[in-house]
Amino acid sequence: MTDVFSDTFLTALIAGGLLAAMPLLFAGLGELVSEQAGVLNVGLEGMMLVGAYAGFVVALETGSTWLGLGAGLVGGLLTAVLMAVLCVRMNLDQIVIGVAIVLIAEGLTSLLHGAQYGESRPNLDNPPTLDLPLLKEIPVLGESLFSQHPIVYIGFIFAFVVHWFLRRTSLGLSIRAAGEQPAALDASGVSVVRIRTFGVLFAGALAGIGGGYLATIGAGTFTPFMTQGAGFIAIVIAMLARGRAPLTIVGALLFGMSLSIATALQLIGVDIPTDYVQMLPFLTVIVVLLLFARRSVLPAALALPYVRGER
Amino acid sequence: MSGAAGSSAVSGALSRERLRAGATIVSASVVPVILAFFVGGLIIAILGRNPFSFYGDMIQRGLLDSNGLQESIIRMAPLLLIAAGLIVAFKAGLWNLGADGQFLLAAAFAAGLAPSLVGSIGVAPTLIAMLVLAAIVGAAWTLVPALLRAKYGVNEIITTLMMSFIGIGLANLLVKGPFQTDVGGVARTDTLQVEDRLPDLFGTRIHSGIIIALAAIIAVHVVMTRTSLGLRLQILGANMPGAVHAGLKPAKLIVVAFLVSGAMIGLAGAVEILGVTGSFRVDFNPAWGLLVIPLVFLARLNALASIGFVALFSVVQIGGETASREADISSDFLLALFGLVLLFMAITEYLRQRRGSTAYLPSQGAAPGPAEPEPDEPDPSGPLAPQEGAR
Repeated sequence: MTDVFSDTFLTALIAGGLLAAMPLLFAGLGELVSEQAGVLNVGLEGMMLVGAYAGFVVALETGSTWLGLGAGLVGGLLTAVLMAVLCVRMNLDQIVIGVAIVLIAEGLTSLLHGAQYGESRPNLDNPPTLDLPLLKEIPVLGESLFSQHPIVYIGFIFAFVVHWFLRRTSLGLSIRAAGEQPAALDASGVSVVRIRTFGVLFAGALAGIGGGYLATIGAGTFTPFMTQGAGFIAIVIAMLARGRAPLTIVGALLFGMSLSIATALQLIGVDIPTDYVQMLPFLTVIVVLLLFARRSVLPAALALPYVRGER
Repeated sequence: MSGAAGSSAVSGALSRERLRAGATIVSASVVPVILAFFVGGLIIAILGRNPFSFYGDMIQRGLLDSNGLQESIIRMAPLLLIAAGLIVAFKAGLWNLGADGQFLLAAAFAAGLAPSLVGSIGVAPTLIAMLVLAAIVGAAWTLVPALLRAKYGVNEIITTLMMSFIGIGLANLLVKGPFQTDVGGVARTDTLQVEDRLPDLFGTRIHSGIIIALAAIIAVHVVMTRTSLGLRLQILGANMPGAVHAGLKPAKLIVVAFLVSGAMIGLAGAVEILGVTGSFRVDFNPAWGLLVIPLVFLARLNALASIGFVALFSVVQIGGETASREADISSDFLLALFGLVLLFMAITEYLRQRRGSTAYLPSQGAAPGPAEPEPDEPDPSGPLAPQEGAR
């Protein structure tokens, strides 16, 4: 059993966990802001897929990971525009539109990928990493933690930026008000529609970065349906974080690690079916919900359209 | 005399009104489909394929060709059962988004146990036992989300999705473990021999699962529209706090709705195994759960109307697979096509509502609300707040 804690295992676990966690972290942060603003973004999975495809295409054409991530952001943002117009402006049902966006994104990205790259199935080059000096020299952890693409560090810092933004800025206060008491926000002269639109677009942009990361850095290619439910997991992470952005880091790492533990175990010769391990994060959520069910607090007006003057 | 003339005039006006209402429903359902197919056609044209020949192939293969038509009807059986399950939950305002897990787990049990059971208890008892078992498995898999929602108001979207992923994993584990066949190759269960499956109808290849499915959907329609249970479920879906005030017991109703929903979806899994595949191959997942959602919404959560949309969808799916192959595009295009249908349906609905028609989509479905508010926990941001938030 000693080799469970061997270098190979820990390196694989942490590096793989980080790799799997980053898309969840970005998408989860976006969803968190959207939920705080009162919009349940069920279309997150679709926005990630569009981001992944856009990121892949641009990174392939330009050879730049950064441009790929930027394209992911734009792709996710554009998909979110659809959601913002239909759900925030027109007050259509957030879940129906969310499911529609997921289906359309799944279908279109798979269709486009098949039409453009179905024959060649190209791969991207390995993205450059930013080695943090000294820290990288730490035994075992250094190699896996501090030799990553810069976007990884940005993601972690960003979680705290989002926290500060929600808690300490006027716009952050407006966002939380849009989720808790939209009528009060409206009465104070702030447009609920504008605030919620911002929340949805923010979620789309971040989900797009997450998808772009998945394609350009995580997998190095695009495959249809490659998000494999990551968007839905991100929704769960955001709900469990209950408005506290740094908690999304914990959630994302928890899910990321349990996704990578199977590979890590196989590296040291422990062969367990991946199905067991892949169920772990979902089981964890159910157990967490069973234990802390009473404490789950969601924004009061989540998923409810705001109609001015309506009781 | 004049009275009779008057009453016939009234009934004439009534039936005309009914006709007009019927026409609105038809147009409100058909328009989004046409718009979606139009946009889908544009996408096909942009990819340099001929949309007319694509849709032509689709209809030819899915509807006009005798084999294709039979396949379409066979495909309808599981889809109708899933639709029946979703309608019960959605009508009660509960988002059961975990249909795939319920479907696959029930299918795995049916596929794993049926082949060995046939030898010991005979064909008919096996088939009946498997259908019952699948319904129980499907229902059981909704129990955790149902109880969490009923007791603590935990959002069922999360819990049903989580249970769905767990169910899919568990189904694969069962198929790789206790249910795995001794025959080599890809991990799968033993195969139920063709003569031991659900019997075919009238010398066609269509198995009797379609009868079960039609019976189920009609039963759902009758229960939802003609019984007090159906009325109570609809009140629950329309207004949860109102249901409490009306003296209903939401906690019990939530559990009942979830169990019935899961049982129907579980049946769908058994019908697909016992009627079509005969065996469960590892990683089998048609992912019909999400796809049936647009259909039941198009049908305005009306069980009878959903038959038509399920039929349309089956034709599109069966015909679309061939058409995609002919046009050399990914058959995932059909996903986008149905996403578009859902999108245009919501937009059509918005425009109709602006003109003063009534809505049909369940309102506030996602708002988490506890069945029984706990007076000792006065939490302003607690789950009862959604309704207050709208003020």
